[in-house]
Amino acid sequence: MINKLVSSAAEALADIRDGATVMIGGFGTAGQPNELIDALIDTGARDLVIVNNNAGNGDTGLAALLAKKRVRKIICSFPRQSDSHHFDGLYRAGELELELVPQGNLAERIRAAGAGIGGFFTPTGYGTELAQGKETREINGKMYVLEAPIHADFALIKAERGDRWGNLTYRMTARNFGPIMAMAAKVTIATVHEVAELGQLDPEAVVTPGLFVQRVVKIDRVATSAGGFKQA
Amino acid sequence: MHPQLEHVTRWTRDQMAAQVANDIPDGSVVNLGIGLPTAVANHLGADKEIVLHSENGVIGMGPAPAAGEEDYDLINAGKQPVTLLPGGCFFHHADSFAMMRGGHLDVCVLGAFQVSTTGDLANWHTGAPDAIPAVGGAMDLAIGAKKTFVMMEYLTKKGEAKLVPACTYPLTGIGCVSRLYTDLAIIDLSASGATVVALAPGMTLAALQDLTPGVALSLRA
Repeated sequence: MINKLVSSAAEALADIRDGATVMIGGFGTAGQPNELIDALIDTGARDLVIVNNNAGNGDTGLAALLAKKRVRKIICSFPRQSDSHHFDGLYRAGELELELVPQGNLAERIRAAGAGIGGFFTPTGYGTELAQGKETREINGKMYVLEAPIHADFALIKAERGDRWGNLTYRMTARNFGPIMAMAAKVTIATVHEVAELGQLDPEAVVTPGLFVQRVVKIDRVATSAGGFKQA
Repeated sequence: MHPQLEHVTRWTRDQMAAQVANDIPDGSVVNLGIGLPTAVANHLGADKEIVLHSENGVIGMGPAPAAGEEDYDLINAGKQPVTLLPGGCFFHHADSFAMMRGGHLDVCVLGAFQVSTTGDLANWHTGAPDAIPAVGGAMDLAIGAKKTFVMMEYLTKKGEAKLVPACTYPLTGIGCVSRLYTDLAIIDLSASGATVVALAPGMTLAALQDLTPGVALSLRA
């Protein structure tokens, strides 16, 4: 019998160790698994390498993890936002290493890891400082940059519905990095707002097949907060 | 103010947005960048069906929701709440950027710090030593769409042209901008140089040339 349902976020994250590479889903606050990040903070794990599109909004979620100085390095595309003050302070103080990656390269590097691809040539970033030192190649008259996959020990993602096999659906633009991060990590932990009986998720609507997911935690729905822009 | 601009009526941001919108054909799939380009959505017109893509994973994006109807699981690339039009759908980030990189978007409209005569774009980083860099989807957007339009004020606050012989700010993409919409002129860019397509009322090619050192401007025949 397969049963990936775990009773709490704390239980789901109990085996995260210092120095782990952890992908965290979300584009700003949409799709950010706040309860899993809180549980990650509670584990006390440090020297983490975090992969996320951003670098935290406000004082909760990823921003809180950064503020606790548990993160050694962040791999992301868009750290600087109107409410990224925790990242900004740590970065300026030299306490946090940043690997800045164009957003599409970030997504494709994550996908490549999950798909077993050893690297890929992309036109994005060619001739810019974000491609400096990287191998380039002309293919059919166009210039490309070699990019490497990004693997992770854990992926923490937020989904909408799930079942005990780990099949997942998502909600609107909160989907963002969830499906590809689920593929790229050794252990993927997903929160869902609703647990369905096996067979009750429409098989045509499953976005992440269960084999990409190791643990599922049910979390009561909380409305996603605004973040990442200046409110009028 | 430059004496060259004394008798010029600059196009407003709204007029620039309307000009961009007017050049987007019916049926196009379009990505509007953060900042000035956002205003283009207000001018697309009901007579055309234009599908808006946002890189965070939505196509068929509609306008902002009514006050009180915001749902922050449905946002645009600027992380602001939006709506979904009938026919719209959601997808993950790798698919979203495949749409760009794979050349499936018709038009992308971006802002810029600088654009070069041959269409190089600098819009992600000032290069200032104390600035925190953030690139987001800028580099993917610049090179991905079939046509990349830039909307910007022609001059910096110091009065220097942002159309330059070669970008001094860090590059976003090479040779990627096909048309430049500004408050003073609309200019086509290509490997063969800069061609002025339209001039703001009172603007002349000679005056624009004076404002743009190092760039050879010609008027479209």
